[in-house]
Amino acid sequence: MIPDEKAPTELVKTPASADPAKAVLKTTRRDFLKSGGMLSLSSLVGTGALMAQTGDAKAAVEWAEHFQKNYRLMTKEEKDEARARLERRYSAEYGKQVTVDTTDAQPGVLMGYALNIRKCIGCRRCVHACVAENNQSRGKGRPGEKIEWIQVLRMERGKFEQEKMDHGYPEGLGIQVGGNAYTPAGQVLEGQYHYNPEKVPEADATYMPIACMQCEKPPCVKVCPVRTTYREPDGPVVIDYNWCIGCRMCMGACPYWARRLNVTTPVLPKEEMNPVTHYLGNRPRMRGVVEKCHWCLQRSRHGRYPACVEVCPVGARKFGNLLDPESEVSKILERKNVFRLKAELNTFPKFFYFYD
Amino acid sequence: MHQLTSFATDYTRYVLKGGTKFYAWMGSLAVLIVGMLYVFYLQNTDGLIVTGMTSQIHDGLYFANLVFLVGVAAGAVTIVFPAYVYHHEGMHKVTVLGEMLAITAVIMVMMFVFAHMGRPDRLWHMIPIIGIYNFPHSMLAWDVLVLNGYLILNAICGFYYLWIKYTGGKINNKWFMPLVFLSIVWAFSIHTVTAFLISTMPSRPMWFHSMMPIRFIVTAFAAGPALIILAFMIIRKNTKFWIDDSVINLLSTIVTYCLGIAIFLTMSEVVVELYARTEHANGLYYLMFGLHGLTKLVPWFWASVVLMVGSFLLLIFPKFRHDYKMLPILCATTFAGIWIEKGMGLIVPGFIPSPIGEVTEYYPSFVEVLLTLGIWAFGFFILTILLKGAIGILLGDIKYRGAKAVATR
Repeated sequence: MIPDEKAPTELVKTPASADPAKAVLKTTRRDFLKSGGMLSLSSLVGTGALMAQTGDAKAAVEWAEHFQKNYRLMTKEEKDEARARLERRYSAEYGKQVTVDTTDAQPGVLMGYALNIRKCIGCRRCVHACVAENNQSRGKGRPGEKIEWIQVLRMERGKFEQEKMDHGYPEGLGIQVGGNAYTPAGQVLEGQYHYNPEKVPEADATYMPIACMQCEKPPCVKVCPVRTTYREPDGPVVIDYNWCIGCRMCMGACPYWARRLNVTTPVLPKEEMNPVTHYLGNRPRMRGVVEKCHWCLQRSRHGRYPACVEVCPVGARKFGNLLDPESEVSKILERKNVFRLKAELNTFPKFFYFYD
Repeated sequence: MHQLTSFATDYTRYVLKGGTKFYAWMGSLAVLIVGMLYVFYLQNTDGLIVTGMTSQIHDGLYFANLVFLVGVAAGAVTIVFPAYVYHHEGMHKVTVLGEMLAITAVIMVMMFVFAHMGRPDRLWHMIPIIGIYNFPHSMLAWDVLVLNGYLILNAICGFYYLWIKYTGGKINNKWFMPLVFLSIVWAFSIHTVTAFLISTMPSRPMWFHSMMPIRFIVTAFAAGPALIILAFMIIRKNTKFWIDDSVINLLSTIVTYCLGIAIFLTMSEVVVELYARTEHANGLYYLMFGLHGLTKLVPWFWASVVLMVGSFLLLIFPKFRHDYKMLPILCATTFAGIWIEKGMGLIVPGFIPSPIGEVTEYYPSFVEVLLTLGIWAFGFFILTILLKGAIGILLGDIKYRGAKAVATR
């Protein structure tokens, strides 16, 4: 127990969700017990601890969280309960009304993403918007405390030069069989993303943003020993943070380096915390679990664009329903030259790169 | 039932009996174990940030030791196989010691799993029925299956044998032999699956080749028996229990051949990767020469090359191999060389560069080193207990009433 946390007695009584669609679910814990029968071990322990009025909601809630099931196996009641429990804990922890959305995938929707690689100017606003929206750890002290899901790779433009015509190998001895008249040019995956220019775009660079590709055949999902990560029916690959054991097999299996490990308790200042969250999305994570991009489920399931799409100043990022022929993404797939990163790995990303 | 309790009490009593040397050994191990508990506590309150691991390089010293120790566990089969398939007299006498080593190694592997995990408190999520066990899709699920199976098989075979020797009864070969042969096959499976764990990831080109399982097995069959020889040398020197020269000679022959094959496989990999020198060879290149000016692992790699090749060049001469003053040194260098090659030298460069081309480095922190030492200390602690108990029974020092001794000099 952390001593400076005040016991949030008032917040315990707040409604289960601030999401208007779910406001009907204002059953009290006592009703829950009476209607009984469906109670899991987790709910018994959690409710029991709360009813005993230990005066410390956080401890009780965390204790109950230890026993909850994998999200996908929860019944509707258990999901609501888990949600209420989390909302209570987060609200207490961050000192504001936090909502945890549990909206399911909508039928007829398959999310897709397209990025105009020619337009990207490398401003990295998407990176920062993503961090702010998705409650990533943003510590400045130790290196592991800073987590960013989007990487914008800076690629040297490179060129071939007259002066280097006689450079080649083997250098110095024997007949030269190969040339070294170049500096690395073109898109290869050996960029750098720790760049900090005064002005973008830089003349000698191009940019290649990368984040989770939301693969149709995600290698990360296959290797997970506890099935905590999986592809949602509407496309994104998500993680039940409460079920993750932190084995990091998924991180090894991801060919796009899209996953991050919370090596310590995320550094998330109260005032910066985004209180509109989704259970499988941007709710605050805990120490020792893996996290990744989920196309802002808390937004996209309610018809909004992901934060990175919204913030992009040049309109390089497009997002929409792949099943709707009128969506922007579908139009791009229909008309533009598109490619997928590391297509040879058969991961079938739903994230496409294109150019005009 | 009475036999069982007297087995337990006799066994414990015998193990606890020891001189200053024994207690000094166990005491110093205990100090390291206490240190391990402390850093494990740190790691599980502050998080993995106290280790050198990052989101780029997220498997380090723990995973490296885990992989290596699976090999040591599998290496026990180099005793069981000759004993039961070739009816090697001397080996037969010491089979149970090999099984005790296997049990120890698997327990150490499990401890490294705990050390490696971000949320060890949630390990129960993997237990079928109360959790979810992603079988057969997850290679880690396979690994858990084969490792636990191997532990159980060795525990049954080993302790049943000791039990029979203790009570002076007769081994029921009807079910004992099938279990022994199953454990032989199973030994191969544990290391094969551990190799698959990392070689089935196209995202990590350095590991993504089908040579991985055989390389794992030959290195295991070099490092495993090397450790066993060392243990046997210590046993010969410090107890009344005599291990035949023929056993040690056969084991050192196995070490030699397997080490030779291991060097050959490493060499093949170097040629294939560096001849074409694609981007996929960057990991190996980093290991051998460094990449973008980062060279932390380079000395380790060349040290391992010197240790392995040097040991091999000496071991192929029977003169050195049969020189029991020289042999322990060669076994130690073999063991160290393979520990580097298959541990840090294999796991860490797999992450360099990262799949999006970032070159970063990893070096274990103090916490990792102490935790690793602590787990090794714990391993030696239980190995000492298991071997001492087993030897006591084989010598006839622990026996039920008047049962006959099995092996004395």
